[in-house]
Order: sequence, then structure tokens, then C-alpha cells
Amino acid sequence: MSDVLLALQAAADTTRAYGEFPVIGARGAVWVAAEVHLMFAAFVLGVPLFAVVAEAIGVVGKDQRYDRLAKEFTRLLLVAYSATAIWGAVLTFLLSTLYPRFWAYLTAVFGPSMWAYVGLFFFESFTLYLYYYGWERWHQGRSKVVHLGLGVLLNVWGTIVMLIANSWLTYMMTPPRDITPTTDPASIKLWHAIANATWMPINIHRLIANVVFGGAIVGAYASYRFLAAKTEEERAHYDWMGYVGNFIAISALIVLPFAGYWLGREIYQYDQSMGITMMGGFMSWLWVIQAFLIAVLFLAGNYYLWIGMGRIPGAERFRPYTKYLLMVLVLGAIVWGTPHTMIADARELAAMGGSHHPLLGALGVMSAKNSAVNLMILTTFLSFLMYRRANTRPVVPWARTGTWIQAGMFGVAALVVLYFGIKGYFVEAIVRIGYSVYQVGAVLACIVFVTTIDILMGRGAQSLGAIRWGKMPARSQYALFVLAVTFTWLMGLMGFARSGIRQHWHVWQLVQDTSKYAATPALGYAAKMISACVLIFLTLVAFVFWLGGLAEKSTFVPSSEKREKEGARVGH
Amino acid sequence: MKHPFWQAVGILALAFVVIEWGIPLLPGSALVPASVVLQYMVTVLAGVLIYVSDDEARWRRFREPIQAALVQPRLKPVRLGGLVVVPLVVGWIAYGQVRSAVQAPPNLRSIHPAPPAEITFRGKSMTLSGLDNPLRQHADSLPVYIAAGKRIYYQNCLPCHGDRLDGLGHFAPGFNPLPANFQDNGTIAQLTESFVFWRVAKGGPGLPREGTPWNSAMPKWEDFLTEREIWEVVLFLYDQTGWKPRTWERTAGGTR
Repeated sequence: MSDVLLALQAAADTTRAYGEFPVIGARGAVWVAAEVHLMFAAFVLGVPLFAVVAEAIGVVGKDQRYDRLAKEFTRLLLVAYSATAIWGAVLTFLLSTLYPRFWAYLTAVFGPSMWAYVGLFFFESFTLYLYYYGWERWHQGRSKVVHLGLGVLLNVWGTIVMLIANSWLTYMMTPPRDITPTTDPASIKLWHAIANATWMPINIHRLIANVVFGGAIVGAYASYRFLAAKTEEERAHYDWMGYVGNFIAISALIVLPFAGYWLGREIYQYDQSMGITMMGGFMSWLWVIQAFLIAVLFLAGNYYLWIGMGRIPGAERFRPYTKYLLMVLVLGAIVWGTPHTMIADARELAAMGGSHHPLLGALGVMSAKNSAVNLMILTTFLSFLMYRRANTRPVVPWARTGTWIQAGMFGVAALVVLYFGIKGYFVEAIVRIGYSVYQVGAVLACIVFVTTIDILMGRGAQSLGAIRWGKMPARSQYALFVLAVTFTWLMGLMGFARSGIRQHWHVWQLVQDTSKYAATPALGYAAKMISACVLIFLTLVAFVFWLGGLAEKSTFVPSSEKREKEGARVGH
Repeated sequence: MKHPFWQAVGILALAFVVIEWGIPLLPGSALVPASVVLQYMVTVLAGVLIYVSDDEARWRRFREPIQAALVQPRLKPVRLGGLVVVPLVVGWIAYGQVRSAVQAPPNLRSIHPAPPAEITFRGKSMTLSGLDNPLRQHADSLPVYIAAGKRIYYQNCLPCHGDRLDGLGHFAPGFNPLPANFQDNGTIAQLTESFVFWRVAKGGPGLPREGTPWNSAMPKWEDFLTEREIWEVVLFLYDQTGWKPRTWERTAGGTR
């Protein structure tokens, strides 16, 4: 009898709570709209950060190349903003028609913040128009500073918009504990709902990830223009642009895992079962895939740098060492990607005595994985350092000592990582968790101190020759494409992980998903959905790139053309 | 082996030998599942391709034998051999992928189901979050509890989980997946005692609806054992294996 009552209750809960969407279903439709909207949002938040920093470097360093670079990207933003808004509208309409009851709940809690969101988006758009269309008018003296201020303001609006949207989705994951299913949503204090347990970790994580994403997209754009370039000069310009994009993407990527770790820790602390679902339960396979993809990022990023050394006079001094760095990266990728619970058939399971390998299983736990990723970060940093130093020779009297100190710092950081990685096997879990902080601390300290020494040591350094921009083989540019595609796919994958751990809850333990889509999708289905979102986004971005070239000429100006123009000005 | 092409072939062959045959020979090891061999080999292949192509001169030398095999008249036998061998290898792999086998397909089993925050044990409500083994409060009596846990284990758990607590009891070969191996660092070593209590008490029927379908023959032991007996057997598991249970993080706001 009780089963019948439960079924009746479920039917009553579900009536008019959900709509239906043809072919891919309601969940599929919202999934695609939310993910593509998010990817565009990351694009229009990451690229302005990139643009304003590039403009500032141009102003401070009096290097016009950076100013042109910033403008070229701001032009792409105009179209990308429209695409973001369109996908945002699609998402809103789909939510209100396919999930009306849940949407009503969310609007009851967050209504005023949604109005503010729309207002800020309005300000953001008009600041962007002023920023772009005022570029030539305000390009000198004090007006240039005002223009730079507009760029900063654009980022401020964009960041606040992101913070507001983040509060909605983090509330769905980690609503404050004092709110119960019977709490009237209209009675929940707005700030109380916004400042939930995962709001700030997500804010920081997304802010850094947007910089990474912006850099990667810039790199992909530059590689596309490099491959299509007609002249050596144009190739040199886009080679340089690709390098800058990659440099920013990889630099920000190095700190991204630490922000992700904080987010994961907050999820565990909020609700252990959610944390277990994410890391040890049925979502754990996503982390193996993630490890593999991040290993691809590290390998592709380093590969690009090593090929790039071919165009730097003096880099041949460092060439013999890159193979050892590669070995560390490959071994790190193998360790990081080793699953704890292995995919095995019955024969293999019987031979292993379960789904954990008796020997390799030791590589599937956090001690091994944290050590591997920290060593990969150190290796990537060393690649950067060699690249940076390639065409210079320090002349300060303490250069030799300084280099030894730097080497010592690398050695100490690697030893700290390995020491706590090995010790982690012999202590209980609660102690082991704390060890990752020491490992991260050692790596970060090494990065900060070694960079400081390097900057001081580089003062007045003897140049071994200028970088031969443009002298890059085409395959190096495909590495930049790989980076952009992998970053985009990773965003889709981790977005699914973050959203999927709510399982059959729209709002964790407050609003239950009683639709027929309440089951968590299989990995294969999820992979297809993520790939579809990535394909839609990249196709649209390619269209935006093409439009950028169609609307206006590239900001690259060949020197012959420049001379003609200058000649014309003189003539007048 | 100074030529990058042969270096690449050599590294790949060596990696395969080490992964496929070397690792299983190490003490305490076992064969490496095909899925992991594939994963490792793809990673090594990526590394090898990076090595041969990150330097222009090396990349040119690496391609020389491939180009020669494709165009030089004297290497026609190699070309023809390739035309025969490559499709055969691809066909063999494809055949291996699609042929029907008499064994169960690989299983993506999740080892740690997410525990509920609260359970009902024989009508009594229990909050699992922050819950420690209550028997640990009586340090003097621990040997007695552990002895009782040992007796309970040997009366009830031995047939599946085995004499050595390694999941290889005499019933074990009849199960897929095998019963949990408590000696493994990935089972009870990673878990709080309240998690283990929940798994013993609720067994396979009490697994959460998320992550289904589950594959567990574990009975619901609350039907046969008292609350204290389950805590005793949990104590025995940790004592016998030497693992320390995961502890709860104590914060200013309470236990997490």
C-alpha cells in the first residue's frame, strides 16, 4: 500500500514540473545550452583579462605590438558577446519551459540577483563598445590611461556577472545547512544563499581557468593565422602572438590545480558523501580521464616550448636536457593516469585478486598522483626557465652561484614532493590529506624564489641574438590547437563532474529531481554530450574568427605598407 | 640504435616488454589488464613522437627510413610486406574487438558507494557523519572486543573474505567481482569505521540507488548481527590488517 502511495506522491510531484524536448530530451537540451553558454562566457571573460593585460604591457613597455594584439582580440569579443547572450537566452527559455518548477524555486531565491545580473550585462556590453570603438580616438597620453581604465572596468563588470551566476549554481550544490526542503524559498536571505560553501572556491577556480582558456583560445587563433599567413613578416607576428597566448595559458594552468584542490576540499567538508561520489565513487573515472587530458596539456605545452627553442640563438645549450624533462613528464603522466579501480575482464580480475592491481594499485592513490602532478609542474616550470634564458647569458658576478642556488631549490622542492609522497603511504588518511599542502607549498615556493633570482640575474644580461619569430615548423602550431581543444573538452568534462555529483537532486537534498532523467548518465553518453558541446562551441568560435577577418583586416600591418602610409603622410 | 627511427621502435618495444611481461614478474605483482597496457603504451607513444619531432634535424632523420620505404625501388619488398602486414594487424585487432567471448564484459565498478548521512539500524536512527566506533572509548576492553570480532568474522565472513582477509575465501571464485580485499590499501584503509559499519549492516541490498546497477552478494548483516557485534567485527578488521581507520576532521564548527 505504501508503495502505491509513494508512486502517487511521485506522480503528483512530477506533474507539470517538467517539459519534454524532442530527440535529445529535456536534460540533453539543457546540458548543451548550459555548457555552450558557459564556454562562451569563459571566452568573453578570459579574453578581456588577456586584452587589458596586453594593452597595459604595451603602454608600460611602449611596445605597440601588445596594443595591436589587445585590439585584435577585443574585436572578436563583439561577436562573442552576442553569442554568449544568445546561448544565455536559450538556456533561460529551456529552463523555464522544461524545468518550470525548479526554475520557479531558483527565481524565488535569487530573483533580485537576476535583475542585477541583467543590469550588469547591459553595463558590460556598453563598456565593451566604448572600449573597442574608442581605441583609436583615445590612444595617446592621458586618454590612453582612461581607455585602459575602460578595459579594467569591463573586467570588473564581467567578474561581478560571473560571481552572481556562480552563486546560483553553487547554491544548487551546497545550499546552507539551515535551509530545509520545507523552507519557503522566498524567505531565504539572498546573501545567505549567495555566500554558500563552494561559492568562493568556484569563483577563484573559474577566474584562473578563464585566464587559461583565454590564453589557449588566443593561441589557437594565432596558430590559425600563422598557418594561413602569406608572408614571413605576418608569420613572425602570429608566431609571437601564439607564444604569448601559450605562455599565459600555461602560467595560469600551473596554479589552477591548487584552486581546484581547495574546491574539492570544500565539497568534502560540506558533505562527505558528495565528496566520495566525486572522488571515490562512480564519478571517479572522470578524474582518470581528466588526468590523461591534463597530461596532454603538459606534454603539448612543453612540446611547443621545446620546438620554439629551435628559433632561439643560444638555446642549443639546453637541448640535451629536454629528453630528461620528457621522461619525467611521461612517467608522471603514466602515474597520474593509472586508475585505482582498473577496467578488467573476469580473467584479469581473478589474476589481480580484485579490481585493484596488487602492485600498480599503489599508483592509483592520492599520494602517488599528487607527487606526479607536482613533479610535472616543476618540470614545466624548468622548461619555461630554459626557454626564457635561452638567448641570454647572465653577466652578474654571482651568476654561477645563482644558478646553483636555483638548481638546489629545484632539488629541494622535488625531494619534499617525493618525501611526502612516499610518507603518505604509511600514515592515516587524515594526515595524508595535509601532506599535499606541503607538496604544493614546496613547488610554489620554488617557482616564486627561482623566478625572483632569475629576474635579478637577468639584469644587463648579454644577448646571444634575437628570437627568429616565424621560424617555426607547422607542427608546433598544431600543438596550440591541441591545447585549445583539450582545455575546452576539460571544461565540459569537469562541468559534468561538478553538476553530476548532485545526482538526483536539482538542489542538493532540498529540491529533488523527479523527472525520468534523474539517473546519472553513463560515461559513454556523457563523453558524447561533452564532445558535441565542444564541437558546437569550436565551430562557432571558428566562425567568429572568420568574421573577425572578414569585418576588418588583421591588425598586423606589413612594414612595406607602413612605409607607404608614412610616406603618404609625409607627402601631405 | 643512434638513428631516431630505430630509437623510437626500440623504446616502444622495450616499454611493451616491461609493461606486459616485466611488471607481472615483480614480487607481489600480477598481470597488467589490457586496458592499462593500452593506456601506458599510448602515453609512451606520445612521448616518443614528441622526442623525435621536437628538433628539426631529428625529425628529418626520423622520417628518412619511412620515406625511403615508400619510394625507393630497392625497398619494394618492404613496401609490399607493409601492405600485407598492416591490414592483417588491423584486421586481427578488429577481430579481437568484435568476436564474441564466453566471459562477462569488463565491469566499471565503483568501489566506494557514497554513504547516506543517516541510516536506520533496526529502527534506531544513526547519524554516520562524525560517528566513531563507540567501542574505542573503552580502551581497556579492546582486546575482548577484538577477540569477539574475530569469532564473529570466522563464523560469518570467512567463506567469502578469506582466512587472510584478502577477499579470497573458498566461495570467492564463484563471485564476480571478488569479495572486498581488506588487506588492499584501497578498501578499509581509505574509510571511516562508520562507513564500514554501514556497508556491513546494509550489505548489497542497502547500496544507494546512485551508481546502480550494483554487483554485490553481501548480505544485510543487521538481520543477523547486533549493533555491538558489527562494531566488534569492524575493530577486528582494522586490528588484523594493521590499517588505521580514516578519522573525521575536527573543526571549530564541529565534526566533518
